[in-house]
Amino acid sequence: MVHFTADEKAAITSIWDKVDLEKVGGETLGRLLIVYPWTQRFFDKFGNLSSATAIMGNPRIRAHGKKVLTSLGLAVQNMDNLKETFAHLSELHCDKLHVDPENFKLLGNVLVIVLSTHFAKEFSPEVQAAWQKLVIGVANALSHKYH
Amino acid sequence: MALTQTDRALVLALWKKMSTNVGIYTTEALERTFVAFPSTKTYFAHLDLSPGSSQVKAHGQKVADALTLAAHHLDDLPDSLSALSDLHAHKLRVDPANFQFFSHCLLVTLARHYPGDFSPKMHASLDKFLGLVTSALVSKYR
Repeated sequence: MVHFTADEKAAITSIWDKVDLEKVGGETLGRLLIVYPWTQRFFDKFGNLSSATAIMGNPRIRAHGKKVLTSLGLAVQNMDNLKETFAHLSELHCDKLHVDPENFKLLGNVLVIVLSTHFAKEFSPEVQAAWQKLVIGVANALSHKYH
Repeated sequence: MALTQTDRALVLALWKKMSTNVGIYTTEALERTFVAFPSTKTYFAHLDLSPGSSQVKAHGQKVADALTLAAHHLDDLPDSLSALSDLHAHKLRVDPANFQFFSHCLLVTLARHYPGDFSPKMHASLDKFLGLVTSALVSKYR
């Protein structure tokens, strides 16, 4: 089980409290689809993904990014209990969505980069490290129920 | 995953903007790598890794020089990085996964210092560039 120190939790929540879910979620998902275009395979029904501009301006991608980031809020609230928190979503991603868990790692790292651009001053190496721990914890929790 | 003309133009534009400061960013990226991915420190037991270490700074500059060389030899990366490939394959033997940790931390660093330049396309091009440099570096591993 992953254990977060008090400092790590503080580093995470201090940034999280300032995150605009739609803006950061939309940007994170958009960047994932642009930087790793093969991830678009899960979004065939989401409309125009024909260019970077189209992707970043796509309202359905933005909305879905917000949904994904809202779920990450669950992680921030339950850092000591990630596997249980994400058990249901793990089953969903395996059985219904058929998402390769590798994608969770890609998304997590893109989120860290996006946070870095928005919170440049606060995003020290230690703050980044806490976030890396969280995103890998979420990625592992989301893959936990795969079979 | 070869670099397109657009990728090359974007990478070179950022390199031009960074000018002689590339070493500052590669050093920060190294510091971030050691803090976020502690297993990477196993390759640097011989160095002082405390914050502000001049040894880390010196190493950062070596990495910067190699990346700058790579950026200006995008047509023949394997050749221009040949000596470094040999070094990493036979002497340093750094597990390939570690280059990805460093590349990610370099993107984090560049993103926070150049947010205006770090468009999704720039992000993609840099990621590709660093991936190709990594491939060249590990090309002689086996």
